[in-house]
Amino acid sequence: MATDLARAVKAFPTLMRVGVAEVVAYRAEFLVWILTTNMPLVMLALWHAVAAEGPVGRFDQAQFTAYFVGVLVVRLATGNWMAWQMSMEIRDGTLSAKLLRPIHPIYSYAADHLSAVPMRIAAASPIVVGLIATSWARLLRHDPRLGLIFAASLAGAWLLMFFSMVLLGALAFYVDSAMGVFELWMGVYGIFSGYLIPLEVLPGWVAKPASVLPFRFLLAYPVETLVGLLSPGQALRQLGVQWLYVAVIGVLALRVWRAGVRRYAAFGG
Amino acid sequence: MIDVRNLSKSYRVHKRAPGIVAALRSVLKRRYETVKAVEDLSFQIAEGERVGFLGPNGAGKTTTLKVLAGLLHPTSGEVRVGTYVPYTRDPRFLKLITLVMGQKQQLLWDLPPSDTYAMNRAIYDVPRAQADETVRTLTELLEIGDLISKPTRQLSLGERMKCELVAALLHRPRVLFLDEPTIGLDVSMQAKMRDFIRDYNERWGAAVLLTSHYMDDVVALCPRVVVIDRGRLIYDGDLRELVRRVRPDKHVTIRLSKPVDRADLARLGTIVSADAAQAVIAVPAAQASAVVRDALATLPIVDLTIEEPPLEEVMRELFQTRGREPGAQEHVASADKRANA
Repeated sequence: MATDLARAVKAFPTLMRVGVAEVVAYRAEFLVWILTTNMPLVMLALWHAVAAEGPVGRFDQAQFTAYFVGVLVVRLATGNWMAWQMSMEIRDGTLSAKLLRPIHPIYSYAADHLSAVPMRIAAASPIVVGLIATSWARLLRHDPRLGLIFAASLAGAWLLMFFSMVLLGALAFYVDSAMGVFELWMGVYGIFSGYLIPLEVLPGWVAKPASVLPFRFLLAYPVETLVGLLSPGQALRQLGVQWLYVAVIGVLALRVWRAGVRRYAAFGG
Repeated sequence: MIDVRNLSKSYRVHKRAPGIVAALRSVLKRRYETVKAVEDLSFQIAEGERVGFLGPNGAGKTTTLKVLAGLLHPTSGEVRVGTYVPYTRDPRFLKLITLVMGQKQQLLWDLPPSDTYAMNRAIYDVPRAQADETVRTLTELLEIGDLISKPTRQLSLGERMKCELVAALLHRPRVLFLDEPTIGLDVSMQAKMRDFIRDYNERWGAAVLLTSHYMDDVVALCPRVVVIDRGRLIYDGDLRELVRRVRPDKHVTIRLSKPVDRADLARLGTIVSADAAQAVIAVPAAQASAVVRDALATLPIVDLTIEEPPLEEVMRELFQTRGREPGAQEHVASADKRANA
């Protein structure tokens, strides 16, 4: 695995360049695809209206704006379509091309999705900058150490999402369609990640399990770190929990993948 | 170089009757069937050999190639390519081989082939000078210089196949698994492709295992063939010996200066085809010389050739014979395994 990683690192710059080229190959589709990541803006409008009557817990209108700006940024940086891509490639046999290369397919997938991140953030930056302007005081008032912890939490969120998608996509080795499981996962993610509702606004009996499930560490935790809803001590402790989840789900995902490849039927051709 | 011993590969397949009732029933209870794609297959291929891998549709050829390329795990048996067990997919093994499948591709669909070549160069860690030289040589030979800058999706099937071949050979593999590599190519490009494969084999000493439904590919490239049917080996040896055993006759083609009675042609042998200007007669190989002397003496002949029956006919005869006797272990005895090139 170590030599595999070294080989992948050497090839990564080229893989990233090719990934960027693929992302922008269809210019109109790329922009449309960016614009479909608009749920945080919809939820912002909704909660902004709700908070007009008065704050919801710690969340007044400015805090909701800051929170959903953070959700938009983190979602753009960490969202990926790997489960869908893997499922399709396993079903139609196009995974064979990746399996024939002397580099683990996981690295190819990682390069594909990492290469899209700068373009996605750049395309959404006008909206992000505009929203930040309305809540810059809330975003900048907190401890600068949180900025460093946020960077680490964003990397952790990306890896946790990546390995979660590997796990879901690898289910296609076992079941005819893994997409049903993925849709179910997305539904749970919507609630327990803080994507639709800040977790501390949820009723206690939902917020309590949400605070320990891995979904929180995909989105809510890095966002709360960014917008100063956590103290540096809290953020650092939760960083440890996040990376523990990264390790556990990463190992599980790779094991499921490895066992699944043995079952791969390489249909087609 | 390639060592296959008692290879078997089975698939578990869900079977369902047509209709809505059967579809709903299958939600609760599914019926599975085990399909033996390959059964107890054994053969060896030496470094530098070119071998045709033949069989009817569904015989297990592509399954075998995929096992050899490491895409599939065998159900049982042993497979080695070089010193590697393919399904472990050691990166050194993957650099040793290439698999070209006519119906599938590795080119990036939305980008020009040149981008795929750059990616493969990085992944296979090919020195840039070597990669550039290989691309230049292959693109000149295959006449695709102006195509490699176009997005793959805009290329025709034949153009894509040529670009695929460049991508597959960029890292100079020593073992080539070619699954219908000339599919979709025009006649002249098929010939060029065969010449290229032969040249690559001779220059780099690469072992070649080729499947093709174009028998011209096999005749031109493969002194030795391995034939399988329903997953089992039925012949492994010299191609000419296979032809001799299955169709021990010759085709004598005569061009006539004027029409003759059909009875005069039937006297010489079995009429394959006949019209006013030309006739093809099948005769036992041992009698070919006598028949030719007789024909020249008695018929108004302007031209005459003697040929082996087309390999397509040989293969059709071989598989039809096996089909007429279901369950029979008809097997064309294995001849000398070494090619007489």
